[in-house]
Amino acid sequence: MRRVVLDRMGRLGRFFWSGWVGVAGLAVFAALWQQGHEAYGDFILPSPIATFAATGALLQSAETWRLAWETGARAIQGFALTALLGGVLGLAVGYSAAAMRLARPLLTIVMGVPPIAWIVLAMIWFGSSTGTVLTTTVVASFPLVFANVAEGVATRDRALEEMARAFGAGPLQRLRTVVIRHVAGRYFPALAVALGSTFKVAVMAELLANIDGIGVALATSRANLDVAQSISWVVIIVAAIFIVEYGVVQPIRAELERWREAARPWGVKR
Amino acid sequence: MGGEAMTALLLEGVAHAYFGRTVLDGVALRVAEDEIVALVGPSGCGKSTLVHIAAGLIEPLRGRVVAGYRRHGMIFQEPRLLPWATAEDNIAYPLRLAGVARGERRERARRAADLVSLDRRDLDKYPVELSGGMRQRTAIARALVVEPDFVFFDEPFTALDVALKRQMQDLVIAAARQARFAGLFVTHDLAEAVRVSDRIVVLDERVRGIAGERFVGIAHGARDDAAVFAAVQSYLKEDPLFRHLHETDERRVA
Repeated sequence: MRRVVLDRMGRLGRFFWSGWVGVAGLAVFAALWQQGHEAYGDFILPSPIATFAATGALLQSAETWRLAWETGARAIQGFALTALLGGVLGLAVGYSAAAMRLARPLLTIVMGVPPIAWIVLAMIWFGSSTGTVLTTTVVASFPLVFANVAEGVATRDRALEEMARAFGAGPLQRLRTVVIRHVAGRYFPALAVALGSTFKVAVMAELLANIDGIGVALATSRANLDVAQSISWVVIIVAAIFIVEYGVVQPIRAELERWREAARPWGVKR
Repeated sequence: MGGEAMTALLLEGVAHAYFGRTVLDGVALRVAEDEIVALVGPSGCGKSTLVHIAAGLIEPLRGRVVAGYRRHGMIFQEPRLLPWATAEDNIAYPLRLAGVARGERRERARRAADLVSLDRRDLDKYPVELSGGMRQRTAIARALVVEPDFVFFDEPFTALDVALKRQMQDLVIAAARQARFAGLFVTHDLAEAVRVSDRIVVLDERVRGIAGERFVGIAHGARDDAAVFAAVQSYLKEDPLFRHLHETDERRVA
């Protein structure tokens, strides 16, 4: 028991420690940004310090938090819906080769229609409401998750399934103990990508459909030609994505993928 | 009834075909309790198919399979371990399927690991961290963890090198003696069949089934290298039953 706790704490420590690398990457980004600021001046690109000061000022007001919450809640709802629908439908379709063949052209159609067109359609169907945002976010990110899960099921290791059957596993047990674990290897990377696109599309939908949230705030600061504030809003959105990705998606993924970590050579691991 | 109770596995009139090509037809085989039967034959003759049918993994086209045993284990040509589970969890997998409680699972998995001389320290490792031999040991422990009274071996040691293969064979022989299970052992290596089995059944694609059988007349204790070699030589040189064993054209089979 003690070993399990220590092991868990060790992995948690390593997770936080790996944050330094992330910080280093962000520092490089900030340096490039500073270069751009010095080349083009305050109006085109405010300095990182000025932007962070503006972000700090924004975060002082309760209104900012409310707007961020509005957008965040919509994006997370859309994300949850995508994760659920993509996972369940992907599993169902992946098991049937015929359904897979039918689904492929449909996916191409859905992915081929630009998100902006979906926003226009959704605005006609749902007006300026949360429904518009949810529809566009789900339509934008669902195909990716769905295709990955279905492909994951289709490429499952049949030898392992046969082994499970030899030891008396029924179809549900095989799904639970073999197929789901295999599919998770593709599901979580797809979710990480879907998460980013859900937030982006949510903000875009808000901006175009004039729905209360960060999108509208962004439109307002654009109208005021307030570049620092525009970038501040972007910083807030990115921060929200960071929180959900490294707070929820990556920890679950790391937990399921411990064996892959074990397979890595030392130099890659640290 | 008395004779029936001694039967661990009975196949009657089993037939199977792949895409219209009949591989097995009218196969009858009886495995007694405490008996290890080796199935030998050239590749593509249906040995693997037969053992899969016997284990209930393939539904035969015709015929019936009667299992007289209570629980079976199976060892495949590749280890077929779950890559995301540790060696211990892999060994305990059949127990997990059977709904055995976690504590007991751990206990029994460790006992099975001891049986195949897996190091306790290796039990926390994932399959990728284990050597080929350790993986196959894990797979054997997984088959033994359910305390089977019948074990299916589907060419389990074909991919291992000579020294490792010997070790694994000794392990199976020792385990069979200790745990007293019957078994059906598919192999294309006649020496392996002579070492581990009590009876050798030869499959032949020309007859689409069993061409004949020979009892290995050497006591288990007396099966040293010289005796095994002599037996194999005499089978191959003098016994017409084994004439076609190494005459396969795999291009035709594939």
